[in-house]
Amino acid sequence: MTGAQAVPGALLTGAAGWLFVIFAVLALGMAIAVVVARNPIHSALFLLSSFLLVACIFILQQAEFVGAVQILVYAGGIMVLFLFVIMLVHQRGVRERLTFQHQWDVALLFVLAFLLPFLYVLWTERFPDLPQNLDAFRTVRGKIAGNTQAVAWVLYRDYLLPFEVASVFLLVAMIGAVVLGKRSAEKVD
Amino acid sequence: MKVLTPTVLTYLKVVILVAVVPAIIGFVVVLAERRLMGFMQARLGPNRVGPKGLLQGVADLVKLVTKEDITPSRAERAVYFLAPVLAVIPALTALAVIPFGPAIRIGKVKTTLWVTDVNIGLLFLLAITSIGVYGIILGGWASNNKYSLLGGLRSAAQLVSYEVPMGLALVSVLLMTRSLSMVEIVHRQGRLHLWFIFPGLLAFFIYFVSGVAETNRNPFDLPEAESELVSGFNTEYSGVKFAFFFLGEYAAMIVISCVAVTVFLGGWLPPFPHVAALKFLRILPPLGWFLIKAGLFLFGYIWFRSTFPRYRFDQLMALGWKWLIPISLANIVIVACAILATPGRSNGMFVLSYIFGGLFVVMFLLAKLRQKLARRERLAAIPASAVE
Repeated sequence: MTGAQAVPGALLTGAAGWLFVIFAVLALGMAIAVVVARNPIHSALFLLSSFLLVACIFILQQAEFVGAVQILVYAGGIMVLFLFVIMLVHQRGVRERLTFQHQWDVALLFVLAFLLPFLYVLWTERFPDLPQNLDAFRTVRGKIAGNTQAVAWVLYRDYLLPFEVASVFLLVAMIGAVVLGKRSAEKVD
Repeated sequence: MKVLTPTVLTYLKVVILVAVVPAIIGFVVVLAERRLMGFMQARLGPNRVGPKGLLQGVADLVKLVTKEDITPSRAERAVYFLAPVLAVIPALTALAVIPFGPAIRIGKVKTTLWVTDVNIGLLFLLAITSIGVYGIILGGWASNNKYSLLGGLRSAAQLVSYEVPMGLALVSVLLMTRSLSMVEIVHRQGRLHLWFIFPGLLAFFIYFVSGVAETNRNPFDLPEAESELVSGFNTEYSGVKFAFFFLGEYAAMIVISCVAVTVFLGGWLPPFPHVAALKFLRILPPLGWFLIKAGLFLFGYIWFRSTFPRYRFDQLMALGWKWLIPISLANIVIVACAILATPGRSNGMFVLSYIFGGLFVVMFLLAKLRQKLARRERLAAIPASAVE
């Protein structure tokens, strides 16, 4: 789309670069707000906006399929279930209390302990260059086809076995949930 | 200097859509719904404001705007305000990728009758409409009212459940379209001389039922079931905020109808364009055909509303999870087999169309027969003395 005028090898130049900065800063701000908010529903809403902003970043990188799936699965499915559960178990007394914030001093220590080595690696390591090709995420066998096709090609051809293994994992989790749910239902009877 | 550059035209189209669609909803759809329901229920419906009640929309608008805007005392103010907005914006955003007609030229200006044609159009639509549920859930929660909360919870469960069969139904059509772009989907139907409703008959039914459930319309309007929940998630809302929820619901209906028309009914194409005897159907412009088809869908919605009694919540969940999802999964396999049977050609799709058509006719006749037998039985059960 905008590939023609952008410099090759630089996905985030010009307007797209500024948009990336805006989206990234906003997403980080929302992520912080998730932890800081006192009301669990507000936390969930901030998490939702964070997901949407990450989807925007995906679309900015020309990975529009991943972006749409991010919205569809995380914003449209998982967050709705989060909200559902929060509303079901929500007690009025819990609402205004600082639920997860009484251990912040310890947490700060851990954050610093992890941040320092992380920064060190970031500073000293020379990373391999990012894909020089602007169309890296929508190329199938050297032809530009679209992000959906590119993802499908990789998923169902190059990484078919890992993909199937992952789906079996999910199936196991699903059956496990059904078994657990069934047992507790019998107890109630 | 050229004023109407493509960018300007795009913005113009956005403005027209955002202005026209709510107006159509207020003045045409709502009035048509109330008059039609009146007709189906053997009463008049609104006929006082303006000739034949045509100006009822104005009266409704004035009423909704001048009503007092109440916020319950212990409501979550920010979320309470946000919820109606969240109900409208996704539905209106979704209209951006719907092709209402082909590329046209008016005088010297060439333009397309869609705002944008993105290569993930169908996926974008599913994603955007799945966000619409937040308006209802959050509105129900923020009102600080038991009934609202129950309505919101019901809505959350319902929408998450019915999104699955809806997506799966569209997947089976995707196997035939090979593209997620809405414009390309219509073009492909034109090239194949085949509307996808025929090989996708099952998918179409699943899509329509899920669509009715997704928009919280009868018979799946449990989030606002009057007999149980007062008015459900919007109990505490009044004035303009209520109007926004109202607008959101109808805009979502229109989006569902437009998607169904584009994906299953050939979008702006006239029926059977390759049959010479039906060439005269081209008198109507493509946009006209699109609007007629979308109107038929909206009529179906209204017909549903005045015909079917409301489902119970457990029935609703059972229908979604135990029937629609397995059927739509099986449908994907069937369609995939039909396409793979004749690789490179579309014969499999045509054969599938005939099979589905035949099954449909058989089932229709069986249903009629059953109806007749049941009626005969009922008549036989009446004692002779009761019949004069």
